[in-house]
Amino acid sequence: MSTDSAPAAQEPDRAAAGGPPPSLAALFVAFARMSLAGFGGVLVFARRAIVEQHRWMTADEFNETFALCHFLPGPNIVNLSMVFGARLRGIAGGIAAFAGLLLPPTLIMTVLAIVYARFGDVEVLRRILAGISCAAVGLLIAVVFRMMTPLLKRMDAVALILMLGVFLAIGVLRLPLQAVLLVAIPVSVGATFFLRRKVAA
Amino acid sequence: MNAENPIWALISTFALMSLFAVGGAAAAVPEMHRIAVDVHHWMTDKQFTDAYAIAQLSPGPNVLIVTLIGYAVAGIPGALAATLAMCLPTALVAYYVGRLLNRPSQSRWPGLIQAALVPLSIGLMAASALILAQATDRTIAAVLLTAMVAVLAAVSRINPLWLLLAGGLMGFAGIV
Repeated sequence: MSTDSAPAAQEPDRAAAGGPPPSLAALFVAFARMSLAGFGGVLVFARRAIVEQHRWMTADEFNETFALCHFLPGPNIVNLSMVFGARLRGIAGGIAAFAGLLLPPTLIMTVLAIVYARFGDVEVLRRILAGISCAAVGLLIAVVFRMMTPLLKRMDAVALILMLGVFLAIGVLRLPLQAVLLVAIPVSVGATFFLRRKVAA
Repeated sequence: MNAENPIWALISTFALMSLFAVGGAAAAVPEMHRIAVDVHHWMTDKQFTDAYAIAQLSPGPNVLIVTLIGYAVAGIPGALAATLAMCLPTALVAYYVGRLLNRPSQSRWPGLIQAALVPLSIGLMAASALILAQATDRTIAAVLLTAMVAVLAAVSRINPLWLLLAGGLMGFAGIV
């Protein structure tokens, strides 16, 4: 759910992130820390650590890199770690940040998986997990709502129809993702392109 | 092929899925559900929603629900294989594209494509919410809890962790 909170666009531009680039160990530790702090999304913590705390990048550099990672496929924050690390220290830096972001939480998650496999059927745990699931779905609905608000405000009919179409195709008809995107992406890119050209003309 | 080597099935499934997962982890949930529950029968509906809840509650990127799916299929090797398959290919793509377009803001295509993808991601995430709600909200109390959390999280800046813990408490108390 790291997609809901795009970093604030404007912030006084600091003198281009100066100083020597961080060591690989520092990158690993920094990403491990922001990952472990990030309950329900790491992006906010990543921005705070990279721009404000360590000053490895300016706010503008961060936004540009984030925009790049957002339109690429895959988990945004994971892509972000690789691109950030690579910009600071080359491919080794990318791998250090990637490993820092993923290794500690993956170990935690594996332990939880073992606990779940052993005790998942215990009645008390079942009930607790059922309650957490309900709340987790509620959080997801809230994110969807927040992301929809700008589209509703602009009464962006094309976007709303596309959104509804994808929702019905995947959520109700349960069609495979690849097939739906293969149709939806060209349609949406084409529509956006023509609408912008009309506005510009 | 999945019957013979589950690790390979995990790797090919998640590597392919990640390359199509535009819009982040939450948008990939319906596809994970379809593959893990409907196609391969790796998990039940209930196990899948439990995995989603655990992934939300634990620290780290939410995409790590794949670690839990991988573990359910093939133990610890499965957990690691699924995680790497989901995360590494797209990170490498990002690395190469990042080097290619050092300044993405100079071209208007990234902005245009991003704008075009926004409604699709929202539609995908709404579909995730529907699929998860159908599996988890089986009583009126559960529907009410979900609705309350949705409203609270939409109108306030409360830390999501508290809402998850409150849900856990209500489950513990036997309310939902």
